[in-house]
Amino acid sequence: MNLKETLRYLGYRGKEADEQTLKLIGECWEELEEKTQRRACFREFPLVFLEDRIDMGCLQTESRDLRKNLEGCSLVVLFAVTLGVMADNLIRRYSRLEMSRAVVMQAAAAAMLEDYCDQVNEELRLEYEKRGMFLRPRFSPGYGDFPLGCQPALLGGLEASKRVGITLTDSYLMMPSKSVTAVIGVSKERRSVPRCSGQGGTPEASKEERGAGKCLECNKKDCLYRRKTI
Amino acid sequence: MSAKIMEEISRRKVFCDGGMGSLLQAKGLKAGELPETWNVLRPEILREIHKAYLEAGCDIVTTNTFGANRLKYPAGGPFDLKEIIEAAEDNARWAVSQAGRGFVALDLGPTGKLLKPLGDLDFDDACHIYREVVEAGRDRADLILVETMSDGYEAKAAILAAKENSTLPVFATMIFDGKGKLLTGGDVESVVALLEGLGVDALGINCGLGPVQMKAILEQILACASVPVIVNPNAGLPRSEKGVTVYDIDEDEFACVMEEIGRMGANVLGGCCGTTPGHIRKLTERCRDLKQVLPGEKNRTVVTSYTHGVVIGKDPVIIGERINPTGKSRFKQALRDHNLEYILQEGVSQQDHGAHVLDVNVGLPEIDEPRMMEEVVKELQSIIDLPLQIDTSDIQAMERAMRIYNGKPLINSVNGKKESMEAVFPLVKHYGGVVVALALDEGGIPDTAQGRIEVARKIYRTAASYGIHPKDILIDGLCLTVSSDSKGALTTLETLQRVRDELGGKTILGVSNISFGLPQREIINGAFFTMALANGLNAAIINPNSQVMMKAYYSFRALADLDSQCGDYIQVYGGAVQDGGGGTGGAGGTFGGVQKATAVSAQGGRTEADLSWAGTSPTPTRGNREAASGCGISGGAPGGNFMGLGDCVRRGLKDKARMAVTALLEQREALDIINEEMIPALDVVGKGFEQGTVFLPQLLMSAEAAREAFDVIKERMSEKGQAQEKKGTIILATVKGDIHDIGKNIVKVLLENYSYEVMDLGKDVAPERIVEETVKGRVPLVGLSALMTTTVPSMEETIKQLRKEAPWAKVMVGGAVLTEEYARTIGADQYCKDAMASVNYAESVIGGEA
Repeated sequence: MNLKETLRYLGYRGKEADEQTLKLIGECWEELEEKTQRRACFREFPLVFLEDRIDMGCLQTESRDLRKNLEGCSLVVLFAVTLGVMADNLIRRYSRLEMSRAVVMQAAAAAMLEDYCDQVNEELRLEYEKRGMFLRPRFSPGYGDFPLGCQPALLGGLEASKRVGITLTDSYLMMPSKSVTAVIGVSKERRSVPRCSGQGGTPEASKEERGAGKCLECNKKDCLYRRKTI
Repeated sequence: MSAKIMEEISRRKVFCDGGMGSLLQAKGLKAGELPETWNVLRPEILREIHKAYLEAGCDIVTTNTFGANRLKYPAGGPFDLKEIIEAAEDNARWAVSQAGRGFVALDLGPTGKLLKPLGDLDFDDACHIYREVVEAGRDRADLILVETMSDGYEAKAAILAAKENSTLPVFATMIFDGKGKLLTGGDVESVVALLEGLGVDALGINCGLGPVQMKAILEQILACASVPVIVNPNAGLPRSEKGVTVYDIDEDEFACVMEEIGRMGANVLGGCCGTTPGHIRKLTERCRDLKQVLPGEKNRTVVTSYTHGVVIGKDPVIIGERINPTGKSRFKQALRDHNLEYILQEGVSQQDHGAHVLDVNVGLPEIDEPRMMEEVVKELQSIIDLPLQIDTSDIQAMERAMRIYNGKPLINSVNGKKESMEAVFPLVKHYGGVVVALALDEGGIPDTAQGRIEVARKIYRTAASYGIHPKDILIDGLCLTVSSDSKGALTTLETLQRVRDELGGKTILGVSNISFGLPQREIINGAFFTMALANGLNAAIINPNSQVMMKAYYSFRALADLDSQCGDYIQVYGGAVQDGGGGTGGAGGTFGGVQKATAVSAQGGRTEADLSWAGTSPTPTRGNREAASGCGISGGAPGGNFMGLGDCVRRGLKDKARMAVTALLEQREALDIINEEMIPALDVVGKGFEQGTVFLPQLLMSAEAAREAFDVIKERMSEKGQAQEKKGTIILATVKGDIHDIGKNIVKVLLENYSYEVMDLGKDVAPERIVEETVKGRVPLVGLSALMTTTVPSMEETIKQLRKEAPWAKVMVGGAVLTEEYARTIGADQYCKDAMASVNYAESVIGGEA
């Protein structure tokens, strides 16, 4: 159970939780583990930097931040993971019956999803390193100036709807909502990549640092959940 | 069933084609390019692929229309949907005429969207999307293939569209994962029952897995399917090798495993992703001469929810009767007030007590029953994973509920009258379902078992003429009160027995009618229930919250060798000392959490010093002190282990809050309790939240405890004929395009605690609707929520329209992407950074006037 991240999503900002809340978090985490079906899919695509856009096979886009992230790569892995419909079902159910549980469930699911992303990401890293290749930190539509409008092409290229059940609403929300898509650059060289903010986020960085780096790319400076630099 | 393809299947193994996408990619289709456009742009390639499959020995070629729907080919776009579909059929027909043999299957793939409530596509819209494809393609197809469905609900939409707009045979194949579940959670039993109920001619599995992994799922399908079974696997399990997808087995191994699958009993064999004419050639060569054995009629009576099936057979099934307004004034009021939460709670509590199916009856003379029934069924099936029994005498309500029901429902009821059968049986045939058939007819209720058996025979006969199998009928032997007819119970019991033994049928009873007019009805009900079970009753409509009834149920199962090693009995009654409280149902649903959760930790009167909000409230309020001491000495309080109402609310202890307020109501006026106990406690928590010492879960737990207490107060006030005054109405909505509503729901819980009447319009709400309701109720305050940058424009539009049509209304906004400044730019009156901020704003706008 990732208590620390669950509390962060609940807005605790490092403060301790009371006994009642801890109990509730434990129960939610347990129910999620029992009932959700995590699924992941990924696919490799060639990467070409064109003058005005980045071509990733199934998806062309322009994003300054993504360009920086992928600099020096020749391949990308597109990646999608989800906790599936049951996480949404649980959150929906409790938001009709017991709002406190819904809120905690939502935070626990977010933390669980993040952990799962890291786990799949780590498996990929080991896989590629065996082949002498190195991964850049994953980068999702919506980070920096990487447009959310890329979601249909990204999910389409992965056949994510068929393979893991991730679909989009008309406004590009992913359904199930506890889902993540990302682009991961693959390069022949291991090197640290300065992030747009110039801090954190190297491939060797600790999990917290990677997290902080991700937050530092975001423009919402007053965010309750913003990670602090270490 | 007279279709030629069905004749072929009855005689020999029939073969489908294989993959399409990978072949098109090999011919140069780019990733992201819509494959169906090639029907028009590169017809020669499609024709060659179809032809190659026919030459490889397949019988059914599938049109290249997997993604051909108006979501991907919208009107006015570069390609015309109808043209794409017609070209697809041209291509397939061409290949069939070249080969001189073969059938053309019009392919219906998933829409690519999730249906509500999982996603944003309406069920009726999904039906309409498929209808367009069927209309464009039906004339030159030999059958319709609904395939690669990972949601039973979406498959239902496609199958209904196929059946309602063509006379072609319909085949349906679904994607299961390695554990035998759909992506949306349904298991094999539920899927087979749903599809067969909808009247598909063949069903099965495709995509997702290779043939090796499909064997285990096929085994499960064969155990419950009564129609021919289709297996179309991928070429194996895929992995990505240097950017290319490769499969873990080759053509020979594929064909070899497919032969095993054919021998196991699959009737139609083919391939999916990654399979080529090469695979299909080897497959047909190996399997052509295998003996074809069709699955026999399994005679299983199954009703389903979106997750699982409930088999009605020897092991009795409990149908919860509580969602029914008859004789319940609170329920009636809930229906009139549109209080769906109340109805949901009734459902959840029955599930927690062990119900397997929930009866849903919302009949009340002054309400629009069809509309209410549809709404309640939608709500229940989005919250609770039990099959529902649609209980109504209004045929329109019955049809609307059956149409949007996500599964194969129980229907309550039909009877032996001609008029009733003519109205109900066509619906059962069309939508699928198991129907309760009352053993009465134009002649009334027969006095004897013999008479009832004759009516039952007539019902079976008539049902058969509509194509409804006896397994989908439950005979209600009727149970009349024993106080008016001392032989009544015996007649009913004899009927049960004879339906089972003479007719081979299944039975159901509304058990509690037996005791009408008698004192302490439960005593008779429990005894009669046991007798009925012993006489073969298969399903009982009872109150699962009744200890007596559930005791009869669990002990019968233990005694009748239906509960292996008395496991369920021990699980339910083994642990706790019986206390008359609700025993939890071990055999019940999968959502055990609610009950566990409501029994919050009993920490008794321990000090609250460790709690962070203590600091914000240096001295307890007067009421608090009184309560704390008052309760302690009020003698009759159960358990003695008691804390004041204010404390219970602050600490978020629901059960204790209920007890505390019940005790307080003995001594003080309801309004005093609200003003001097509840509100100060809520304020303390609210302030703590604003100061960052209390966090959201605590804030909500305490709101829930307060709500529990309010409910008790409300009940007491309405008993005395008083009404709780509301401060005013506030409309809440998540704006159009946005389907996240957790934030809005938090705000709602808090506002209600501060005595506002909240009109919750839900999520994805059009500006026009919000304006309409605001104008209609001349509502002074509207709260809008948006989570995504993509949906803020619709928030802005809503505000614009509100300013024009309802200039008096104040607008507060909130949600993840909003900021103070952003809120100002789009013209809101107030940005609320969290739920407490919205309460404070409401107090400043409305609260003061009250």
